[in-house]
Amino acid sequence: MTDVQTPRTGAEAPPPWTYPVDDRLTERDVISAEDEKRYSTSQLAVIKRRFLANRIALVGGLIVLGFYVVALFANFIAPYDADQRFDTAIYVPPQAIYLVDDGRIYPHILGFTLTTDLETLRRTYTADPTQKVPLEWCVHAEKYRLFGLIPTDVHLFGVPGRESGVFLLGTDRQGRDQFSRLLIGSQISLTIGLVGVTLSLLIGSVFGVASGYYGGQIDNVMQRIIEIVRSFPAIPLWMALAAAFPPHWPPLQVYFAISVVLSLIGWTWLARQLRGKVLALRDAEFVLAAQLAGAGDARIVFQHLIPAVSGHIIVVSTLAVPGMILAETALTFLGIGIRPPLVSWGTLLQEAQNIQTLAHFPWLLMPVVFIASAVLAFNFLGDGLRDATDPYSIV
Amino acid sequence: MVTYVVRRLLVMVPTLFVVSILTFIIIQLPPGDFLTTLAAYSAESGGTIDASAMESLRRQYGLDQPLYVQYASWVGGFPRGDFGYSVEWKKPVGELIASRLGFTLVLSGLALVVMWLVAIPIGIYSATHQYSWGDVGLTTLGFLGLSVPDFMLGLVYLFIGVFVFHAPVGGLQAPELEDQPWSGAKLLDLTNHLLWPTLILAAAGTAQLIRIMRGNLLDILGQQFVTTARAKGLPERTVVNKYAVRVAINPLISVMGLQLPNLISGATILGIVLSLPTTGPLFLHALINQDIYLAGTFLLMLSGMLMLGNLLADLMLAWVDPRIRYD
Repeated sequence: MTDVQTPRTGAEAPPPWTYPVDDRLTERDVISAEDEKRYSTSQLAVIKRRFLANRIALVGGLIVLGFYVVALFANFIAPYDADQRFDTAIYVPPQAIYLVDDGRIYPHILGFTLTTDLETLRRTYTADPTQKVPLEWCVHAEKYRLFGLIPTDVHLFGVPGRESGVFLLGTDRQGRDQFSRLLIGSQISLTIGLVGVTLSLLIGSVFGVASGYYGGQIDNVMQRIIEIVRSFPAIPLWMALAAAFPPHWPPLQVYFAISVVLSLIGWTWLARQLRGKVLALRDAEFVLAAQLAGAGDARIVFQHLIPAVSGHIIVVSTLAVPGMILAETALTFLGIGIRPPLVSWGTLLQEAQNIQTLAHFPWLLMPVVFIASAVLAFNFLGDGLRDATDPYSIV
Repeated sequence: MVTYVVRRLLVMVPTLFVVSILTFIIIQLPPGDFLTTLAAYSAESGGTIDASAMESLRRQYGLDQPLYVQYASWVGGFPRGDFGYSVEWKKPVGELIASRLGFTLVLSGLALVVMWLVAIPIGIYSATHQYSWGDVGLTTLGFLGLSVPDFMLGLVYLFIGVFVFHAPVGGLQAPELEDQPWSGAKLLDLTNHLLWPTLILAAAGTAQLIRIMRGNLLDILGQQFVTTARAKGLPERTVVNKYAVRVAINPLISVMGLQLPNLISGATILGIVLSLPTTGPLFLHALINQDIYLAGTFLLMLSGMLMLGNLLADLMLAWVDPRIRYD
């Protein structure tokens, strides 16, 4: 498309408009270098600039990135295995790290002494200032496989010896380190959303694009299907499907089954969104041009329509991830989601189900902080991406 | 308007039919049936059920019939108000779920009212005081409400209840008041036990509504008819309340249809966490024990509630916005 009202430079009074009789550039068609730069900026560059200008979204994106990097290196950063038990350290409260001792830098934690109230049998741990346990970098401890491949036994930090441990966020009823469990659990919790969203993306884009592009009878049938799926409330449907997994399934199969279940509802949202977008673009000039040039449906869809709505796809899927993370947590919390030996944030929250334990061992509520910050960061990121790609959208 | 309502109601019938088939398939998915669960339980406690007793039980509950016969007899009972028989509770399903569905409805309805009452004024404030400290604070708070799901808020609430009030806050009634006759104190206690679950349930939706209200109103305040209203000297209050807000509220009604599933889902799971008599706890129990008619009826009823709610939202939208009515 040619722009009829080409911008002019200079402040002289505009000459009366005449139709250009030849294709030589007249003086008023010349644009300044600055304008030139502005007009030739690619869509991607504009999006990038808008996104980078949005501080909150940027912070959200960095936090999300941080979460995934930590999840990737979880086994290395965590001082212990998810299932490693300390029989002498049941329900230990979070330990503080002291960086300085007597004016020198000496990162250490304080050992604890256990006293049991003979009447109530309640165990209390008190920090003992005389027992200073040094923290060490890169200690050799439990064996594990980094990224599931490289066998190693080096952990980022830890304390020497096996008698005492370092429990940054306390331990649970079996004496397992909550910090390690949170990190290792993040691998499941953060990826299940991605797997679920990928699946919804596959189904949703096929349905949405086909529905919007072909319209008519196909659109009608697809919309009815979506309507039926959406007339189930999400959590009760998820509960019913998750409860249907046979107990003898291996945990990994349950993991994939849950992501499939989560995407069963998720795709409808994406399909509706894409349908609207495609419907609006279907009659755009560039599609007409492609049709006139003899492009087939497949080419138009994959070469023209999908790239045109890709920004929207990315935004909608980013905004769908937190919901899936929460759904996994909720299902696992109810006891019909991820099963041991796998660990997820939901498994950790299960420990906090009982009011009495919660009252005595409040640090078991720590997973809530992790989940909420991950979800918040994802929402900020998705919001920022949406504002950057499509500032006029109201979704 | 009447034809619109009738048409919408007629469209619901086939949808409900398909939903009921899907529901029946879903609850039949797990391998085995209630009797295998029963057998597993009794095996755990040392006893056994012999094969002939299993067979006769199976026949008694109609579990030996082909699936479509079971489905037909289940659905066939609906017009008579017969939703099947709960093999676990030895009671008709209808008796078991009526009060629980009612309570879910009450809780979701209350949450809906709270959402609107809280969100609209805050949304108006946020839009008219854009980028002020109040706006930034409320937006952040809204985001937080959107990010912490109901059941976690419920956990935090239980935690605070134990720590601050030194009393278990779950359930609908304090244990010591449970058997007492109705009195002022009991009513107050009930209100107290209802208030917080309602607020927790409303949190996420309120946050969403505030964001939409703020965005809409900002959009509309920039339109020309608002400028005209200001130009002809109307006081700012009238411009905002009588001109802009009335137009900005429309999209909220369509959003209400989107929020209903969340409310019903939330009431289900919050009921489990706070041990409230919503559908949640019984539904979960029925699912785990494969009490199929109970679980199935719950799922179907919740879907029905959702569809009715959506219909009401659509009707309301048609009522406030003539462009939809005459379509």
